[in-house]
This record gives sequence, C-alpha cells and structure tokens, in this order.
Amino acid sequence: MKFAVVVFPGSNCDIDMYHAIKDELGEDVDYVDYRETSLEEYDAVLLPGGFSYGDYLRSGAIAARLPIAAGIKEAAQQGKPVLGVCNGFQVLLELGLLPGAMRRNRQLTFICKPTTLIVKNNQTPFTSTYESNQEVSIPVAHGEGNYFCDPATLTELKENGQIAFTYAEDINGSIENIAGITNKEGNVLGMMPHPERAVDELLGSKDGLNMFVSLLKQWRESHAITS
Amino acid sequence: MQLLHEPSPEQIKEKKLYAEMGLTDEEFNMVEEILGRLPNFTETGLFSVMWSEHCSYKNSKVLLKKFPTEGEGVLQGPGEGAGIIDIGDEQAVVFKIESHNHPSAIEPYQGAATGVGGIIRDVFSMGARPVALLNSLRFGELGTPRVNYLFEQVVAGIAGYGNCIGIPTVGGEVQFDPCYAGNPLVNAMCVGLIDHKDIQKGQAKGVGNPVIYVGASTGKDGIHGATFASEELNEGSESKRPAVQVGDPFMEKLLLEACLEVVKNDALVGIQDMGAAGLTSSSAEMASKAGSGIEMNLDLIPQREKGMTPYEMMLSESQERMLLVVKKGREDEIISIFERHGLLAKVVGQVTDDRKLRLTHQGRVAAEVPVDALAEEAPVYHKPSTEPAYYSAFQEQETPVPAVTDMKETLLALLSQPTIASKEWVYDQYDYMVRTNTVVSPGSDAAVLRIRETNKALAMTTDCNSRYIYLDPEMGGKIAVAEAARNLICSGAKPLGVTDCLNYGSPDRPEIFWQLEKSTDGLSEACRALETPVIGGNVSLYNERSGEAVYPTPVIGMVGLIEDLAHITTQQFKQAGDLIYLVGEARPDFGGSELQKLTDGDISGRPPQIDLSVEKERQSAVYEAIKAGTVASAHDLAEGGLLVAVAESMMKTGLGATMTIGGHLVTESFSETPSRYLISVKEENREQFEQVVSDAALIGRVTEEARLHVTGKAGEAILTATSSELEEAWRGAIPCLLKSKG
Repeated sequence: MKFAVVVFPGSNCDIDMYHAIKDELGEDVDYVDYRETSLEEYDAVLLPGGFSYGDYLRSGAIAARLPIAAGIKEAAQQGKPVLGVCNGFQVLLELGLLPGAMRRNRQLTFICKPTTLIVKNNQTPFTSTYESNQEVSIPVAHGEGNYFCDPATLTELKENGQIAFTYAEDINGSIENIAGITNKEGNVLGMMPHPERAVDELLGSKDGLNMFVSLLKQWRESHAITS
Repeated sequence: MQLLHEPSPEQIKEKKLYAEMGLTDEEFNMVEEILGRLPNFTETGLFSVMWSEHCSYKNSKVLLKKFPTEGEGVLQGPGEGAGIIDIGDEQAVVFKIESHNHPSAIEPYQGAATGVGGIIRDVFSMGARPVALLNSLRFGELGTPRVNYLFEQVVAGIAGYGNCIGIPTVGGEVQFDPCYAGNPLVNAMCVGLIDHKDIQKGQAKGVGNPVIYVGASTGKDGIHGATFASEELNEGSESKRPAVQVGDPFMEKLLLEACLEVVKNDALVGIQDMGAAGLTSSSAEMASKAGSGIEMNLDLIPQREKGMTPYEMMLSESQERMLLVVKKGREDEIISIFERHGLLAKVVGQVTDDRKLRLTHQGRVAAEVPVDALAEEAPVYHKPSTEPAYYSAFQEQETPVPAVTDMKETLLALLSQPTIASKEWVYDQYDYMVRTNTVVSPGSDAAVLRIRETNKALAMTTDCNSRYIYLDPEMGGKIAVAEAARNLICSGAKPLGVTDCLNYGSPDRPEIFWQLEKSTDGLSEACRALETPVIGGNVSLYNERSGEAVYPTPVIGMVGLIEDLAHITTQQFKQAGDLIYLVGEARPDFGGSELQKLTDGDISGRPPQIDLSVEKERQSAVYEAIKAGTVASAHDLAEGGLLVAVAESMMKTGLGATMTIGGHLVTESFSETPSRYLISVKEENREQFEQVVSDAALIGRVTEEARLHVTGKAGEAILTATSSELEEAWRGAIPCLLKSKG
C-alpha cells in the first residue's frame, strides 16, 4: 500500500506521519510537495499537522488554496482514504471536504498532552480495528481545536455516524466533545489528536497505530476482491 | 559620507552623541585612534553595538577565561554559534543557551518568542538539525497583575514560536522570587544533532566569493537591541520597545529547512545567523574569523521600507535572516535552493582581502572600518570587585533549623510553593512531542529524547538555584553545576558538557562584579571536577530595574548521553513493594532553602555546602547502578528536601510510600543538603544495588495504598497524607495564583 504525506510550507508533523507509516506500519510512503497537483499514484492521502503558512489568516486557509488541493479533492472523490490530523483537519475544513469550523481553544492557550478518546464509530476505513466505544490514549497538541458546527449539521453528523472520535472529557470546548469526524461517505477523516504520535510504546502509547492498520486492512481486502 | 539629517562626525564628538549609543569617552577616543579620523554616524553605530557587553563580553571576558572549555569529545568550544560534542557513530550534539531578558521585560510575548528564534538559528547555522528546546525562566512572585502578565505572555511567546516551527520544548525550569519582579529572566536553550561531516563555521573565506543575504527583509525593528540589552532597565525602558524585534516562526521554519539543505552542498563556504547587531556582527565576525574583509552594497539589502539609512540597516535586528558566503560561480545554485523554499536570497557583496568592512550606499562609501577592530578588539575591562557587606554577615550568621509545628501542613505548603509546584500549566502549552522522539517529557529531572536509528538517547536539563548563589556565589555556583549533572545521572545519562547563561546585575557595581567573579570560580571548579566542559553560552548583565539587581543567576544547561535506551530512568515510583533508598545524609542545611523562605519570608545565612569529590563519587555510583539495571526510579533531592522528593516521585503514579525517619525530624525531612538521591529498587535487585551504592540507606517502601505515611524510628506517627491531598496542593498552586488578580 502506498501512502502520500502532503507537505505544506510550515507542516511540521510530516516527519512523524512518515515514520509511523514506514517504520511502524511498514508500508510505502512518500512526501508530496504542495506544488504537485495529482495524488493519482497513492492509495491513501495523509495531511499532517503543523502550522501551514504559520496559521496566518486562518489555520489551514492558505494551504487549502494550493495546487495540491486539486489532488486532495480528487482522491477524496475517488473514495480513497484521506486523513487530516490537527492542521490537516483544519485544511480539510477549509477545503470544504468536512463540515464545521475550528475556534481557538476555550482556555485560549495551546494544549499539549495525552488524552483519552472514545471510538464512536468503528465502521470507518480508519477505525475498523478498534472496538466500538473503545477508550484509546492519543495525544493532542493544538491551539485551535475547539470544533463547532450548527445544530442541523450536528444532527446530520450524528445520524450518519460521522462522529469518529470524541474526547472522554472536555479539553478545549469542542461541541459534544468532538475530536474527529468523517464525511458522509466515511473516506475522509479529520481529527485534532495525533495518532501518528501514538505508534510506539517507548513514547507512551501505541493506540494510534490501529488507525493505520485499519487502512491497510481495508486496502488489502478491497484489493483481494478486485484482483 | 554623511546623510543630510545625520549629525556630522564633529558634532558626534562635540555633543558626545556616542554616549547615547552606549560608548564611553575613552571608547570613542579608541575608535578615533583605530580609524585615524573621526567616525561618521554609521561607523559610530557599528562600534557601539559591537563593543556593547552583549556582543563583546568586554566586562565578563576576563572571567569566562576561567571555564574549562576542552575535554574528551569537544569538537567545537565557545566562539561559534553553538558548541559541539561528539556522541559517537559520526554524530555530535550541538547546544547553546541564550538570554532574552530585557526585551521580555517590556514586550514579553515577542521578547520570549524571538529569544527562542535566535537560539534555534544559532544551532542550525552550525549545520545541525534542532531537536529540542528548553528554557529557564525567573519572575517575581505570582499574584500581582504585572507579574502574572509577564509570566503568561512569556510562556505564550515561547509556545507560539516553538510550537509553530515544530521543535519540541521538552524541559526547563521556572522560579519565582521578588528580586525578578522588575526584570524577569528568559533564557532559551536549543539542542541539535549533526553528522560530523556537516559541521559548518561562520567564516568568510576566499577573496571574491559572493556574500549572500537570506531570509526576511530588513526593517527598522530591533535597532540597537544589543545596546539596549547592555544597560539597566528603568522607568524609561518602555520607550525602548522599538528595540524589541518581532518574530515570524513560519519564516524561520522555511529558513531552517532551506539552510539544512544548503549545508549539504559543497558550494557553501560559511554561514552565520544575523542575531544581535544583525548585519554588522554577522559580516564583521565572519570576516574577522577568516582573516578576510567584506564589502557590501547596502542598496542591494532587501528592505521593508523605503529610505532606510545605512545606520538603520546595519543596526537592525530584524529576525529570521542569515548571511552566507558561497563559492564564486555557484551562487545561483544556492539561491535556487532558497527560492524553492519560498525565501529571498540575494548576493549583496563579496569577500575581500583587506580585513575591512566596507559598506557602500547610493554610490558612496558609507562606512569603512577594520573587521578585527569591531569583532575582536573591543576594550576588555576588569572591573573593581568588592565583597558586599551582606556576604560576611550571612557567613557569620547562625542559620537555625526552622521551627515546624505541623509536619503535614508544612509539606503541603512546600508543595504549593510556586517554585516547587507542578509546572503543568506551563508545559502543557508547549508541544513537547512533535518529531516523536520525546521519551521522557517535562516534569521529571531531565528530558530524554531518543536518537533515531540508534539505541541511544540524549538527556538534557537547565538548572540554577540563585538563592544559594546570592548567599554564597562560589558555593552556589558549584551547587548549580552539580545539580544539573545529578539531574542527568538520574535519567540514566552520562553528562557531556555545559552551556551557561550568566544573568547578573550591573558589573559597574563592585559588589555585583564580585558576585560574578566568585560564582564563575565556583562554576569553573565544578565543571572541572565533574568533567563537563563549558562549550558555549551567553552573558547577560545589567539585569536591574531602578537600582535593584536580580540575584546572580548563572543558569546551567547540560546535555548527557544515554548509551542504551534500557538505561532511561524517571523519578516516578514504578510498583508497589519496591524499596525506597535515600543516598546521602542530611545536615541542617537551611540557608536559602524553601523551608526558610516559607517560615521567615526571606532567605539568609550560609547556603548548603557541597563537597565535589563526594558529589562525583555518588554520581558515578548511581550511574553504575542504573546501568546495571538495578534502579526502578531515581530522583535528585533539591528544593524542599526529602519529603518533597518522595511526594514528587508519587505524583501521577497512583502509588504511595511508607517510610521511617530517624535523626532530627525537620532536618531529615526538609533540609536541602546537596549530592543526595531518592531511589527505588525492586526487592530482587536489593543486594546488587546496595553493593554498588554503598551509602544508600533503606528508608521505606512503595505501597499500593495511595498515601504517604511517615513514622519515626520508634514507630510513632509523624505524617500521613493521601496522594490526592499532595497532588492537589502541588498541581493547584500555579493556576490558583494566576486566577488571583492581586
């Protein structure tokens, strides 16, 4: 399976994403420059965390208007898994691939710490190897992770099972403690916590690795059917 | 050349305009002698920044010479952007600490942020990949609006820059004392990794080689920042806010990645950060080190606004800029690398052989001065030194053991002293995990980062108890180095070397110079004894506001090597049933202690006394015990003494401890006698551990029950406190003080 890690100017978790795939999952992975326009040759697209364009204007706003945006949208349309973590989630919101918006954390400070998440939907390509309602330890590191959407959107998110992860406790003011959501089709996931930082026991948790294992499992199954 | 609105050389001399820029009469006369004529306005500015204490160390040089700077593995000592020490496998660790005190005192967010930006550039200008940031902060006592504001904004500034650029802030220390109320200290340290073959020097070699300007364009910010940093703060300091720079961490992230690509290119000859004194220091120092000269056409310097004068361009401290010298004919190759990273890079001059810095502007020579005169020939002063009256009074004073009536209340009160209390409120704002190498995150004795593709790790810490140093600079200096080393030992590392940041009051005052002199004696002696050479650092003097100096605060940044990931050790207890040992005996050492501060409201007397040979022996023993795998947890006894250390080892573990205390109760419980450790050991390792660490005394056990239970030798109850009581006092203190608006 071949993963793309899109590198925007100012991305800084690209290396973590890359190592998670290469060293821990053991699959192929390339960095893809923001000036590229196509992600045709990849089976999954990863938008890493960091501060694309220094969060200037609005977090993710400028990154969503680069040449690679076309490639990301196309991959999403083709049903390929697209995962945006932290700043990557903010980019997905700015691209319009996911609904809602981010506000500054309610406490108005950056927060970096291990958090407990609850897997709300384990029927997505990203979460299939978790148990439903499983509690997992995955860290956060963000200043603008206070997710918001209007009541109609929230109802829709719930009805469609688009809420993938919630925080076990309120850490930043996010509506309904939402930590990660998918699109209606389930192939685009945005989340503020960093699964790529939780892939090695040495660093405190391995609970994030299952997200990548889930993607690999689904890819293998679909390729077994088609070939 | 003289611009119309600038004063003439004669006016500068007659009206003593140089004095406003920080030059003394004698220094101005020296400049006149060096040039053989009167300097013009621009040239006066060049000399005033380069001869400021901040750039020239003119008041501290005589003392810095005492430091041991050589040792096994030292690849680069003081003098370049940062020092370098070999760690094997053709790799080396690069590190340096620097102060940004004055800017942070008047514009805390940007002052702290640009301090971080500057130290990062020092490390990557050596060709190293920055892997970690640390800091050391001092504020007045929390609870007043001004101090709370400074504290909150400094932390936000450090977070804002470090998080954005994506280098984890993994450790540091924060202390509070009234002496820092008007002049907080903000010291930032950066640690980098480098392959030996990539080590760069800031040298302008090769006549005719082009000089390339890279990064942000030059604006009018930070003009005379170095001069501002070399004078006392006072009521008028607010007006110096324009001397504070504004940081752009996004720009620096681009610059970092581009420079690390360029250092792999053999077209690069030399590279240096434009830090304090910007274009002036980078060009003059690069030329001086190479024995060459540099000429630059200032019309080519990228400028943020029209009509900037040579004076403004040369003295600007705009951030995120670098100066490069590359091989002639290959400039396009290098420029294209920067352009691909979205950065501006431009040839602005060339290397010459006349050892002069020559600046042209609008077709005329704006300045022409010898580079060595700027970079090397600043006057060196040995200021008069006088032992302050307070010192002998404290030395002669009996330092009584403070009276304690309620042991539990006292322990809880100590845990909620801001200097001891949990710093979670601070480090939760720092991304300490980015780049996924942080094995031990903030809150233990030292931070630990693995080195990818090896089985090794680096441990790092910053340390300084300035109360001890105030009471006895020489003794306190020794203790500071020893404690930093002990922190590394506790994490399973062998200390490699030191970077120091010397924060003091005005050296023009003989009592302050005496503090500087004595404390550097102590630091030097300890660095020799513990075999940790000083490979670089920074001096920050004039830390005074309205005549009140800060405590002498020489912050020690230390880095150690963990030879095997299996040696990584933390302070937290690991499992119930483990034996708790105390290594080293307590003496009634209460001068400058937390308990004395708590009971008396101030500090006095003699600080704890350290014997460096005992220190060294114990360090070796504990290090061997850790390497042998016999240690479950290790914690250095520091502020607050034994019971505070035990409580800290319990935090976040869900475990408790039961222990017996003999001897004098208050001394055993709260004395700050140095060179001591709290270590927990699995039952099965008992014999082996005791063999290696011969002066370890068994004092208790880790328990399932989450409480601290202390009894006397006869079994009498001394103290019982639940983990949640201890944790609440310790965790709640700082958030609570921040909520109180004075």
